Amino acid sequence: MAKVEKTREATGETLREFLRDMLLIRRFEEKVEERFRAGELPGFLHVAIGQEAVAVGVCQAMDDGDIFASTHRAHGHTLARGTHPNAVMAELYGKVEGCCHGYGGSMHLYDVERGNYGANAVIGGGLPAVTGAGLAFKLRDEPRVAVAFFGDGATNIGTFHESLNLAQLWKTKTVFVCENNHWAESTPGWQHSPVWDDMSKRALAYDMRSLKVDGQDVQAVYEAALEALDFARSGEGPMFLDVETYRMHGHYIGDPQVYRTREDRDDAARHDPINRLRERLGLGDDEFGALDDEAQRAVEEALEFAQNATDPQPDDALKNVYA
Amino acid sequence: MPELTYREAVRDAIGAAMRADDDVFIMGEDIAEMGGSMGVTQGLLDEFGPERVRNTPISEMAIVGAGIGAAMAGMRPIVEIMYEDFLTLSLEQIVNQAAKHRYMSGGQVKVPLTIRTQGGAGWSPGAQHAQQLEAWLVHIPGLKVVFPSTPADVRGLLWSAIYDDNPTVFFEHRLLYPVKGEVPEQLEPIPLGKARVLREGTDVTVIATGPLVHRSLDAAKAADEEGISVEVVDPRTLQPLDEETLVASVKKTNRAVVAHEAVTRMGFGAEVAAVLQHEAFDWLDAPIERVGAKFAPLAFAPVMEQYVVPHAEDVLAAIRRTVGT
Repeated sequence: MAKVEKTREATGETLREFLRDMLLIRRFEEKVEERFRAGELPGFLHVAIGQEAVAVGVCQAMDDGDIFASTHRAHGHTLARGTHPNAVMAELYGKVEGCCHGYGGSMHLYDVERGNYGANAVIGGGLPAVTGAGLAFKLRDEPRVAVAFFGDGATNIGTFHESLNLAQLWKTKTVFVCENNHWAESTPGWQHSPVWDDMSKRALAYDMRSLKVDGQDVQAVYEAALEALDFARSGEGPMFLDVETYRMHGHYIGDPQVYRTREDRDDAARHDPINRLRERLGLGDDEFGALDDEAQRAVEEALEFAQNATDPQPDDALKNVYA
Repeated sequence: MPELTYREAVRDAIGAAMRADDDVFIMGEDIAEMGGSMGVTQGLLDEFGPERVRNTPISEMAIVGAGIGAAMAGMRPIVEIMYEDFLTLSLEQIVNQAAKHRYMSGGQVKVPLTIRTQGGAGWSPGAQHAQQLEAWLVHIPGLKVVFPSTPADVRGLLWSAIYDDNPTVFFEHRLLYPVKGEVPEQLEPIPLGKARVLREGTDVTVIATGPLVHRSLDAAKAADEEGISVEVVDPRTLQPLDEETLVASVKKTNRAVVAHEAVTRMGFGAEVAAVLQHEAFDWLDAPIERVGAKFAPLAFAPVMEQYVVPHAEDVLAAIRRTVGT
């Protein structure tokens, strides 16, 4: 991932870099979906196709020392924060060269050097730790922020409420990013939350500052994330981003989405953040094609790397249980 | 040697660690002005201030989880769960998060978190404030579990738990807080995973935890009068377990009783018995006896509560069974 020179407003070359990142994530996830269907990848796999602008906008707004916790839909966040696609792909194949050496997998991606303190396969499971890390940064007077990604489905679980309450009470250096794609697995927002169309009300209940963000507009996400990170970094308190986004695919790979109408899926497709950014940049087929080829080459290279990587020894399973 | 109560010894270890290291802090329900529901943290707020002695909301998931995050970010937090029954509320964070982060990350992170809690029968608090749940935690790879029985042990072991790089669940027992005992002049760390022989004997080994250590020592005295020589061993750390010391003792005495206050069935003692029969099968002259609570929740009425939990007489009866008297 390209390192972007931070300015308050993302324009021109910066947006082009964001497009590069979003294309890499999209092509990466399409590829792993293909290989998963072919039976090559073990475990469960969840893609975030349609949500790339959230990952890129927030991760590019972070500073070097910032950390984050992700969800079961973590490929985008991990790639956007700069973990090499080879290392992510190898992890998905359960290989030693993977970013967790085969101990984590798709739902548990970590890359501590780049601030990734773990994707979590328990909904809301990472939110208390992000609050605690934000507390540690405050106690040690460090100019760092801890960021939590989670979906709208997580806003109904106890850890969410306990974490928001504690973070606001103690003014921790934390940013809560709600990737509101209006689906909790197969359950639509209106079936799981009385405030499904305005999650910022959840923050309001804890007296926490929030911003409503169009999650398909990477520039808007980036600028909102910068504002939230600045605020949290100052020590004034946490911030909540209510990011409206679209899940273009199913909950998991292989999900027949029997619960979802054709219209809803078409509507999601119309909100593709990559098309939107391409239009904003006015890219013709050649220019866009060149960027896309670059992304596809990186993904092919990652695939080859992972397919030829090393299997762990079975008894490696007994390592890393204790420090 | 000076004397401290078990309560003072816990407080002394926390204070010493906080004085030694700015990265150590403590949080929990009512631990600041009130000094904790058991008075363990009294005085810490005055010395260290509200940033490092933090009253929390009643939010066990967030208390443990915030401890995990602060630990992963480089600090050494101590969190207090007021009653070990309330561990159940934070179990997701302990089992799925604290115990797994290092493993799932392939060794990239460590979680140097100490989770202190207390419980036990004896005050008739009823079924939701007196359970002994250590068996739930020793079953989870990635956690360390400590259950000291004396002031000297609780002081030295708590220090080691705080400075261990792994998440450690540290059980204290309510009835032990006023118990006095000699402690070294200076705090001496006691390594995790080392059992202690409290009384030497030749006929039967009693392996006991928490309050049952004291009840077993009483039983041993009574047995002595009957001509039975009893060795009492306290594992002190339940995970990792010092199998070597336990097995060596049983190979010497050829008989074993395992005693804890928690429910006998599926309890920690079952694992100890399994280890002993496997490692010392040829040395055993009698079936291993287990002593623990009967299979019922703890009732409110004192007579019912006391009927369920094990006493010195129960240990003595088990000792007699092993020698056939």
